[in-house]
Amino acid sequence: MLIEKKKSRNNSDIPMASLADIAFLLLIFFLVTTTIDVDRGIGLSLPAKGEETEVRTKNITNLLINAQGEILLDNEVIAINEIARRIEQKLQENPNLIVSVKTDRETKYDVFIKTLDELKMANATRISIAEPTG
Amino acid sequence: MKFQGKQKAEPGIPLSSLPDIVFLLLIFFMVSSVFKEFQGLPVTLPNARKIEKLQGKRDVAYLWISKDGEVSIDDRICRVSDVSRIMYQKRLDPMHPLKLVSMKIDQGTPMGIVTDVQEELREADALNINYSAKPAY
Repeated sequence: MLIEKKKSRNNSDIPMASLADIAFLLLIFFLVTTTIDVDRGIGLSLPAKGEETEVRTKNITNLLINAQGEILLDNEVIAINEIARRIEQKLQENPNLIVSVKTDRETKYDVFIKTLDELKMANATRISIAEPTG
Repeated sequence: MKFQGKQKAEPGIPLSSLPDIVFLLLIFFMVSSVFKEFQGLPVTLPNARKIEKLQGKRDVAYLWISKDGEVSIDDRICRVSDVSRIMYQKRLDPMHPLKLVSMKIDQGTPMGIVTDVQEELREADALNINYSAKPAY
């Protein structure tokens, strides 16, 4: 009889043939969903609250940026891409130099980042960010 | 005389270990993938050349500031005066103590707001910051 024949078949295994397909499917899902975008930027450590140190004025270079994005380095107007070269020169003369960046409240962030970038390129590690005015 | 037929070489690549390889890759991607957690505010990041990679993505707080001066921490809009309180709580989190604040600030944001937020961060003693920027070539 046909029914008896079917019953006698004892197949207790899980079919493994499609396992690879399932694994592939999951693999492709994870491949597609993973975003390998690394965050990159300019790192900086802020000074702790109340941490104020007296600095000799000869060790300070003032870098002022106004609302229009014009840069004043030691009372001289310069272009943004000149900063790195100028600061490098100054650092050679005085390795203890602190660059004090002071912006206007209306200065665009873009200019500030470009300035920081230039300072980093000049290997200036002692950067001070002053409270903005205006 | 009987010639022996050339022995047939098997041209196929052995496929029996394929599932193992696939599983290995699968597990690698499962472990290494970090799903995008935050959407953030619409910001256009500035360009910079001397940028460095962020170390470790797990204990980082993301702070967005849009052009209009909206501030958002990890996808929650907040006022500037609330920043220090939120950051302080994040620093006290026993599981993931805050190590770094990644600042995603629009390039047109006025510096006044940026400094206000920085003052708040100093208040909360969250001193390691990173100004997010795109690489410029």
